[in-house]
Amino acid sequence: MGLAVAAPPMQLSREDFLSTKLSALMELIHKGAGWSRKYSLWPMPFATACCGIELMATGASRYDIGRFGAEAMRFTPRQCDLLICAGRVAIKMMPVLQRMYMQMAEPKWVISMGACASTGGVFDTYAVVQGIDQFLPVDVYVPGCPPRPETLLEGVMAIQRIVEAGGARNSTDRGRGLRMVAQPTVKINVSKDS
Amino acid sequence: MSSNIQPVLDALKTKFPDITFDPKPLIAQKNPALEQIFVRVPPDRLIEVMQFLRRDPRCSFEQLSDLTCVDYLNFPDAADRYGVTYSLLSLSLGHRLWIKCYVNDPSPTVPTATCIWKGANWLEREVYDMFGVTFTDHPDLRRILTWDGFTANPLRKDYPLRGQGERENYDIVTRESA
Repeated sequence: MGLAVAAPPMQLSREDFLSTKLSALMELIHKGAGWSRKYSLWPMPFATACCGIELMATGASRYDIGRFGAEAMRFTPRQCDLLICAGRVAIKMMPVLQRMYMQMAEPKWVISMGACASTGGVFDTYAVVQGIDQFLPVDVYVPGCPPRPETLLEGVMAIQRIVEAGGARNSTDRGRGLRMVAQPTVKINVSKDS
Repeated sequence: MSSNIQPVLDALKTKFPDITFDPKPLIAQKNPALEQIFVRVPPDRLIEVMQFLRRDPRCSFEQLSDLTCVDYLNFPDAADRYGVTYSLLSLSLGHRLWIKCYVNDPSPTVPTATCIWKGANWLEREVYDMFGVTFTDHPDLRRILTWDGFTANPLRKDYPLRGQGERENYDIVTRESA
């Protein structure tokens, strides 16, 4: 944000300038960026189980996630801004998922798709993560086992609403930064503006 | 009892008269011809017997089709705790034989079969990972399925399904360490 460090005019103090003119301009930029971003989400499919089949169906012609501007699935996190975690995640795989999340460019959003990704589902065993939100900041949970494509599209639309509201703010500013906790019982702190 | 396995059992009996093989059907079937036979082999004679089964023309078990383990904790009438189980298949003669090698705590140890069948490598690593059975002279005895730093043996019957706090005390990758 080069505008934020520009020298303020002499008649206004820096605080006054930031609180009035610049913030109004930034709001406008956020609004415009949010509006344009919500129709150009690039999902990163992280499909580990049967939810991945529904995710593929959502991308195929009958349900066509391209109607929501999110058809550009890329298999590298560097080109993506929406992580769709579809399926159970083993503890051994969690560092991979965390690293992929960290490699994604800001601003970025996360969908936890299905019962397993959200809660561990029926896999209440020693090796399965009981909900990826213990380790990743999740924006939208999509329920179902597996969710139908309509449900996932509803989740994408929920992400679009978040994108429109959040604008160009990155995930840390939205209170959804990478605040990972060691104990699954500890909740991730979310600031009040998110 | 399947008829084509009888020459193998006879050959084993003549070659190793001092071992009690005690051949039994793995699962009792209505049709005895469908039954697959398992024999007991003590761990200190295992490699000797396996080499004979691999090389003798009456046996010629070219393939080790599976290697696994059974935990007989609280099993009715079980004398030993771990049964390392080998499934042998002869591609040329078309017969199968199961070998069970019983070992016990505190340090269950079996000689490795990688010197006879190279494919035993990962299977033995899996048994080592899941049951904690050690295979002596194994070329690369590391855990294969669970992650680094895992210390338990999950397929043992006394291991709780939800683990012993492994998933709770998990090592976290942070933004700084990535």
